[in-house]
Amino acid sequence: MTKTPPVEDWATDYDIFDAGYVKDPVPVWDKLREQCPIAHTERWGGSWLPTSYEDMQAFVRMVPALSSRDPLVVSESKEEMEFDPILDEYGNKAPPITSDPPEHIPMRRLILPLFTPKAVEPYRPFAEKLCHGLIDGFIAKGTCDAALDYAVHIPAKTIAHVIGVDSERSDEFVGWVRGLLEEGMQDPAKRIKYRGIIRQFFGELVDARKANPRDDLVSRLLAQEIDGQPIARKAVVGMCNLLLVAGIDTTWSSISSALWHFSTHPEDRRRLANEPELFPSAIEEMLRFYSPVTMAREVTEETRAGDVTFMPGDKVLLNFPGANHDPAVFEDADKVILDRAKNRHIAFGIGSHRCAGSNLARMEMDVALRVWFERIPEFELTDPGAVTWAGGQVRGPRHLPFRFPV
Amino acid sequence: MRVRVNADKCEGHNRCCALAPELFDVDDYGTATALNGGEVPVALEAKAKLAVENCPEYAIEYVRDGGEQDK
Repeated sequence: MTKTPPVEDWATDYDIFDAGYVKDPVPVWDKLREQCPIAHTERWGGSWLPTSYEDMQAFVRMVPALSSRDPLVVSESKEEMEFDPILDEYGNKAPPITSDPPEHIPMRRLILPLFTPKAVEPYRPFAEKLCHGLIDGFIAKGTCDAALDYAVHIPAKTIAHVIGVDSERSDEFVGWVRGLLEEGMQDPAKRIKYRGIIRQFFGELVDARKANPRDDLVSRLLAQEIDGQPIARKAVVGMCNLLLVAGIDTTWSSISSALWHFSTHPEDRRRLANEPELFPSAIEEMLRFYSPVTMAREVTEETRAGDVTFMPGDKVLLNFPGANHDPAVFEDADKVILDRAKNRHIAFGIGSHRCAGSNLARMEMDVALRVWFERIPEFELTDPGAVTWAGGQVRGPRHLPFRFPV
Repeated sequence: MRVRVNADKCEGHNRCCALAPELFDVDDYGTATALNGGEVPVALEAKAKLAVENCPEYAIEYVRDGGEQDK
């Protein structure tokens, strides 16, 4: 990570990439929620960080004053966007996540039917076979890196399968998405490189399917119409780009965070292993407690929020992970309760931009954890110091050295 | 007990349908509807409560017999 001066005052100078914050942001949110509750920083282009559940519920609905046109937690510079021939050719948006009304809703309605609970269920056998195959690869050793040998492959290969591209290329996809969303947030050269690779890959794929349609998702998107008009090529490229970028780091983080939790909390691990009927509520609790995704909005008109005023051009982070630790809404908010009955968590966002892939992510998480617990009910970290976390846009463990009885 | 989904608030999280599939269904866009006119049999009242208390959009409401909303 890039070296930046240490944070002295989180309320006025927070750093979303601070190593301690990335590892455990909960104490910072709890303090800011009492103190501000909306913090500000000039770091990384400047932004506001709300921490209360109530603010997140309100801000997602302030459309278009808080616009989705720039949802990254660190903005791409105008210069890097304007002089990139790949973006000229293939577009620079990722609808519908980068859209506001009126174009947002028709774009979103194109992809929602692809990810309903019924629509994602047919991918379950693929995910189950995949998870068993991954575990077959390391179970005899009694050790593995649960983030890199297991969790990462589940969304990467499933998304490749869903989009209809060669799942053998999934390691490349992971590299691209990490280059864009992890290293790229702090390193413009990297994000330009990987953004270009992803755009070009999907640009060429869209052109190939346009020429020779197949029975796959890209061909289905190309065959759709909005108001009797085919969807623009750049928009389809942008939507494919979104499916890949939004579907890998996120679910990887959720699965890894859950495995990290159970490896470090043996009482919860034993309870889930002995009471498998808790899987649904335990998964929601993991999503709440370790919500991976922070989104952003760009302010387009002066907006008063409590004691602060957002000005046009400002960036507001939608701190869904922090909102999910708000004690005003969650009893014992900083405690994991596997059978938590009342859990209105907003890990997938809320409002009109609710994660369109949430049912696919839940299915993957469910399969990943059930198969893991069935095959490896006892496991622990070998070296807590070797665990690394990514943060910023998407937070989760990236190395999890585990051992388990053979 | 009766429940109602406010379609203007529902954003398709599908939590209700997952927790109480006997009581809710979702369409192709994720929008939920209460089955059987929202009528909740006594045996499913606990499930209805779960659905209400897990909706991130606060989109499910109890309805009194007179049709008036209840918190």
